[in-house]
Amino acid sequence: MTRGSKRKGGGAEARALDDVGGAHVMSWVIAIMLFLTLLTAAAGLATAQAAGALDRQMAGRLTVQIVEGEAQRRDAAATRVLAVLRGQSDVARATPVPQADLARMLQPWLGNDAAAAELPVPALIDVDLDSDGGDAVRRVTAAVTQASAAARVDSHATWLGPVGRLLDTAAWLAGGIILLMLGATAAVVMLAARAGLEAHRGTIEVIHMLGATDRQVARLFQRRIALDAGIGAGVGSVMAAVAIWIVARQVGALESQLLGGLTLGARDLAMLVALPLGFVALAVLAARLAVLAQMRRML
Amino acid sequence: MANIVQFENVGLRYGAGEETLCDVSFTLRSGQFYFLTGASGAGKTSLLRLLYLAQRPSRGIIRLFGEDAVILPRDRLPGFRRRIGVVFQDFRLIPHLSAADNIALPLRVAGMAESEIARAVREMLAWIGLTERAGARPATLSGGEQQRVAIARAVIARPEMLVADEPTGNVDPVMAERLLHLFHSLHRLGTTVVMATHDWHLIDRVPGGHRLHLDRGRLVDPEPVPPMPEPPPSTLVRSGL
Repeated sequence: MTRGSKRKGGGAEARALDDVGGAHVMSWVIAIMLFLTLLTAAAGLATAQAAGALDRQMAGRLTVQIVEGEAQRRDAAATRVLAVLRGQSDVARATPVPQADLARMLQPWLGNDAAAAELPVPALIDVDLDSDGGDAVRRVTAAVTQASAAARVDSHATWLGPVGRLLDTAAWLAGGIILLMLGATAAVVMLAARAGLEAHRGTIEVIHMLGATDRQVARLFQRRIALDAGIGAGVGSVMAAVAIWIVARQVGALESQLLGGLTLGARDLAMLVALPLGFVALAVLAARLAVLAQMRRML
Repeated sequence: MANIVQFENVGLRYGAGEETLCDVSFTLRSGQFYFLTGASGAGKTSLLRLLYLAQRPSRGIIRLFGEDAVILPRDRLPGFRRRIGVVFQDFRLIPHLSAADNIALPLRVAGMAESEIARAVREMLAWIGLTERAGARPATLSGGEQQRVAIARAVIARPEMLVADEPTGNVDPVMAERLLHLFHSLHRLGTTVVMATHDWHLIDRVPGGHRLHLDRGRLVDPEPVPPMPEPPPSTLVRSGL
């Protein structure tokens, strides 16, 4: 019961609590809670990765459109604007989008007519800025509109911003759900420990009367809960790993640029691996606190 | 001889009812054998619970091993409890532990090394005649065997005081005699024994044993032990013991 006695007989006292009613229920509760928490955590971490990737994608990127129906005037304006852009100190790179690429992008909607020369398709220039500050965007916009009245500047941050904020919200929401799950798990373990204490009141009283300290009694429950939580954590982790692997394969198969950002890095995987250990530690701590609180009510 | 226990005007009340124990004062000396007698409901078990620190009194002073047990901080109680062996009336063995593991519990609680525990448990099993039943669970033991395991558990750590609540109440006369012999041999080793019993004829069998008699929660002068022939002898006597 004490540290020194763990070698052989340490399990003997722990067996005193062997008939804990619902001990295996505890394992299942932990397994289910951990399964849901791992899925939420994986989704949250992947979403955070996607939001980060989107941020990097949006930062300091502009698209300049030359909206001019007449092709020659459009091309002349595009050349003028491109020259102005390349002369700006804020601009790191300005690349015109080939008309053939534009036609290919429009093909799903317009069919082969998208390549027709008489179709008034705007000219596009992709611009990367040296910085993602609003001042640089304003300076470049002023220079471009001065060069051509037909030029319109779209900052990627403007139209992808809501998506980024949605992803950020989803990641924070996942974090909140994980905290709630941890809280619920701790509460369940505390209730189970109290129920176990009540179910074994007679045994606990005897051990107590033999001179066991509160911590010794708590240690019996900690061992029991650690075992149940460990089994539950193992089952929950395997279930979650399978589910995450299936979803990751399906996301990968979509080849979507946006969903492609939903990946898990090495740090994310390390966090996911740490979660089951954290669950067991939390369960043991919750059991200890519950038992010590109950024991203090006894003489 | 040092006083091991001192009660001064001790009262015990459960809830708002009448006092279960009222103005109880006595002194127990180290190394003596005490019988606690009294009718059912007289307060014997309550007094024993105060002795083995399962209960604090409602009033009065209890000095145990030279210290005031009433105001003893909670965290010091385990240390005091390890100095007291308890035999509960209903045995209170832990059902999922073997007889040997039940007996070993106080030593494990005290943190003794397993090798020493194994040796002590072997000796104890031999002493109570249950070597062959070391691995048996309490449910598979007879009442007498369970009682012997409970006694072995109470004495294995060589407590300074042994408190036994009706240890012979549920066993046949032969077994009662054997159990008394166990207590007596422990007493001879210097342990103070406090044994609650209804069986007056056991009292005669411990030379020098003292009596504390409770009557409706009050300690009174004990009535003399009735002579053996009348009233009709107990089954213990009929059995020739």
